[in-house]
Amino acid sequence: MGLEATMVPKVVAAMETKPRIPVIWLHGLECTCCSESFIRSSHPIAQDVVLNMISLDYDDTLQAAAGYQVEEIRRKIMKENKGSYILAVEGNASTRDDGVYCTVGGDSFLNILKETAADAKAIVAWGSCASNGCVQNARPNPTGAQPVRKIVTNKPIINVPGCPPIAEVMTGVLAYILTFDQLPELDRMGRPKMFYGQRIHDKCFRRAFFDAGQFVEAWDDDGARKGWCLYKMGCRGPSTYNSCSTFKWNDGVSFPIGSGHPCIGCSEENFWDNGPFYSRLTNIPVPGIDSTPETVGKTLAVVTAGAAGAHLVSHWVRQAVTKPKPAPPPATEGKQ
Amino acid sequence: MLDDGGRIQDAMSSGTMWRGIEVILQGRDPRDAWAFCERICGVCTTVHALASVRCVENSLGIQVPPNADIIRNIMFLTQMVQDHVIHFYHLHALDWVDVVSALKASPSATAALAQQVAPHWPLGTEGYFADMAGTLKKFVESGQLGIFANAYWGHPAYKLPPEANLMAVCHYLEALKWQKEIIKIHTIFGGKNPHPNYIVGGMASAISMQSDNAINMERLNMVRTLIQGAQRIVEDMYIPDLLAIASFYPEWTKIGGGLGSYMVYGDLPQNGIGDPSRFRFPRGVILDKNLAEVLPVDPADAAQIEEEIAHSWYKYPEGKTALHPWDGVTEPNYTGPKPPFKELDESKAYSWLKAPRWKGHAVEVGPLSRMLVGFASGKTEFKDVVTEALGRLKVGPEALFSTLGRTAARGLETRLGARWLLEEYDHLVANLKDGDTATADTKSWSPETWKPESKGLGFTEAPRGSLCHWIHIKDRRIANYQIVVPSTWNASPKDGKGQHGAYEAALIGTPMVDPKRPVEILRTIHSFDPCLACASHVISPGGETLASIVVR
Repeated sequence: MGLEATMVPKVVAAMETKPRIPVIWLHGLECTCCSESFIRSSHPIAQDVVLNMISLDYDDTLQAAAGYQVEEIRRKIMKENKGSYILAVEGNASTRDDGVYCTVGGDSFLNILKETAADAKAIVAWGSCASNGCVQNARPNPTGAQPVRKIVTNKPIINVPGCPPIAEVMTGVLAYILTFDQLPELDRMGRPKMFYGQRIHDKCFRRAFFDAGQFVEAWDDDGARKGWCLYKMGCRGPSTYNSCSTFKWNDGVSFPIGSGHPCIGCSEENFWDNGPFYSRLTNIPVPGIDSTPETVGKTLAVVTAGAAGAHLVSHWVRQAVTKPKPAPPPATEGKQ
Repeated sequence: MLDDGGRIQDAMSSGTMWRGIEVILQGRDPRDAWAFCERICGVCTTVHALASVRCVENSLGIQVPPNADIIRNIMFLTQMVQDHVIHFYHLHALDWVDVVSALKASPSATAALAQQVAPHWPLGTEGYFADMAGTLKKFVESGQLGIFANAYWGHPAYKLPPEANLMAVCHYLEALKWQKEIIKIHTIFGGKNPHPNYIVGGMASAISMQSDNAINMERLNMVRTLIQGAQRIVEDMYIPDLLAIASFYPEWTKIGGGLGSYMVYGDLPQNGIGDPSRFRFPRGVILDKNLAEVLPVDPADAAQIEEEIAHSWYKYPEGKTALHPWDGVTEPNYTGPKPPFKELDESKAYSWLKAPRWKGHAVEVGPLSRMLVGFASGKTEFKDVVTEALGRLKVGPEALFSTLGRTAARGLETRLGARWLLEEYDHLVANLKDGDTATADTKSWSPETWKPESKGLGFTEAPRGSLCHWIHIKDRRIANYQIVVPSTWNASPKDGKGQHGAYEAALIGTPMVDPKRPVEILRTIHSFDPCLACASHVISPGGETLASIVVR
C-alpha cells in the first residue's frame, strides 16, 4: 500500500483488535468481476479481510444462507447498525420500467439500493459499474442502468472504478478506512487520490519507447516482440487514471500493456463508448509542422475524454499516424 | 410444489436480470466485441472473450497461428481448473459441510482423518488443525458470523462428522489462498485477471525468447510453476475431499438427475477450431441416458438449435416463438408483476432467460455432459478417471445421473484439465523449439480487407457448459450478435411444449426434510454451478410459498 515502515504495526493492530465494521455488499446489474478481483488480493488476503478486518454480513454470492434467510440478515444488520455500516455496491441499478431488469428476491435492485443506502455510514462503489455505469450503461443503455452516485445523492460515496479494480486497490481502500477511521481523500470524480492520482501513461515502463518514437504497428511485429509502445494500437494510457502501471495486477505479475495489449481505459467514465479500442483519434496535429504545442494541447483536451496534456503531444513523433479515419458512429439513441 | 411425501413435484427457475449486451453490441467494431462479451461474467472470465474472438474470426475467415490456439487452451484450462476448485469449496461445499459443527472437532482426530483421506497434502498435522480451530473459534465467538450467519447449520441433512467438517473448512481457506495464484497465468498472457485481454487473430502477448520484454523463458517458467501448483491442489486436496465428502451422502447418487439428456459442443483444439475430431473435449449429444449412442451436434445448423420464448420476457417478430440465433432477436418484453412482488406466475412468462432447445429437446450442459460424452465416445482417459471414481465410491454408472454425479464429474474433468495444462505447455515449448513463435495473424485485421457482409459463430466449453456466439457483420460493423450461454440451457424456463429446463427437471422428485430450510434445493442447484441470479420457488401442495431461495 505504499506506507512507511513505522505505520505497519498500526495497520496490523488496527486489523486485529478493533471491532469489525459491518459491511453489506450488494450486487446489482454486474458480472461479479469485482468480487473475483477482491478475493485475488495478495496483501491482505481475502481470508484476513473477512475474518479479521470487516464483518461481511451480507453478500449473496459468498454467503451460506439463501432466500428468506438472507434478506432477514440484511434488514437485521441495517437496523442494528443504523448509521454505522458500510454499504458496498457492486454493479448498478436499472432505472427503466420500475427496474424490472434486475430484481433480487422479488424486489427491484433500485428499491433495494435506495433502502439499504438510507442508513449506511458511507458507500463504496466497487468498480466501473457502480462508479460510472460500465458495459450495461454503454449506448443505448437498454435497461436505464445508472451508477450509484446518480441514484444516492445524500451519502458519502467512494468510487473505486476499474473493470474490475485492482485487488490491492480494493482491499487498500477498506484497510485505509479501518486504520485511519476516515474516508480517503477523493478527487473530483470521487476516486481515492492514493490510487487514481496519476495516469497509466505517467508511470508506464514503455514510456521511454513512446518518447523515442518506437511503436508497435501491428500485432506480433518486431516492435511487439521488443515490447515497444502501444499508443498506435489504441492505448488509452494517456487518458486513464489508475494504478496499473505502478503496482500492476495480481501481486505485480504484469498489466495489460506489459502483456502486449493496449490499455482500454476501463477505469474512466464512458470508456466503452469512446471510439473503437484499436483506433487512435486521428485529428491530432503534429507539433512543429501543423501548429504550436498550445494549440495541439487544446485540441487534445477537446477530443479525448480526459485531459492528456500538451506534454504528451510535445513528444509526438514526426511519423504521421496513418490510421484510416474510423467509420462514423452508428445512429443510435443517446444514453439515458 | 411439494407432494405429501415432502418431495418436490414442480419447480420454476427464473432468471431475474437482463443487461442487454446483445443490443449494446449492435453497430460496433467487431474487433471490440470480445471485450464487451467478456463482461458478461467475471466468475467465468475469459470464456466469452474466447467465444467472441472465435466468432469474429470465423466470420472473417481468419485462422489463428497454432501458438495462439495453445495459449488460448492454456488460458481456458487455467480458468476451468480455478473455477471448479472455487466452485467446490466456496460455492458448493457449505451445502454439505456444517461450519458450526467443525468447532466440536478434535484436532488430533482431524489430523488422523486428513492423513488418511489426503495423504499427500502437506498441511495435515494436529498443530495445524488446532491453530485453524482456534481461528474459527475466535471468529465465531466474536458474534459477527458474516457470510456464515443465518444458514442451515445443524440441519439434519448434514451428515459429516465434526472432523470432516473442520478439515473441509480448512481446505476452503487453503483453496481461497491458492485461487489467486493460478490465475497469474492469465496475467502473464492477458495482462490481468479478472478479464484478461484477447485479440481477433490470436493473442497480443508476443513471444520472443531473446527479448526481455515479451513472453520469454522467465515468463514461461512462471507459467510452468503455476501449473505444477495447480496439479498439487487438484490431486492432493480437491479430489480426496470430493470423494471423502461424497462417501457420506450416498443417497445423493439417486437425487437430482433431471433431464438425462446432455450436450457438448466440444473444445481444446489440437488442430485448429475447424477440426472437432481433434478436440480434447469431444462433441456430441446423449439423449435419455443412452450411453451407447453419441449423436452429432453442429451449432451452425439452424435445424438443431433454437431459442424459444413461450415463458420468457421477450418478443419475436411476426408472432414467432422460436428462432435460430443467426436470425435471433433480442427485444425485451416484461410481462411480470411490478416489483416488489412475492410470486411469479409459472403459467405465463417468468424469466429473462429464453429456452434453448436442441432439435426440440431440453438438454443439460456442463461437466457431467462433457464427462459422459467423453466416456461414451470411448476416450480412454475419460473412462479411466470415471471408472476409478465409481470404484472408490462403490457405485455403478447410474450414479452419474444425479446431483452427486454432477459434482463428481466437475472434479474429474478438473483432474483431466490439470494434466492437460502441462501437455499444452509442453506443446507450446515444442513449437518454439521448432522455430515457430507466431502469436497473431494480421492479414485480415484491417476492415478494408473484409467482405461487405459475413456471418460466423464461435463456441467454447465454458466451465458451466456449452457456449456459443453468433454474429452477422455488415459494412464493417456488427449488424446482429446473439449469445446462448450454458446457464441459459440449464436454467431455462419451460418451452412451448411445457418441457422443463435442466434445473427445474433436476429438482422434481427431491425430498426435503424441512421445506422452510431447503438445503436440498441448494445442493442440486449449486451442483449445476449457476452463473446468474436465479431464483427457485418451493411451493406446497396447498399453493402457499414455503420458501424462496435466490441463488447467485
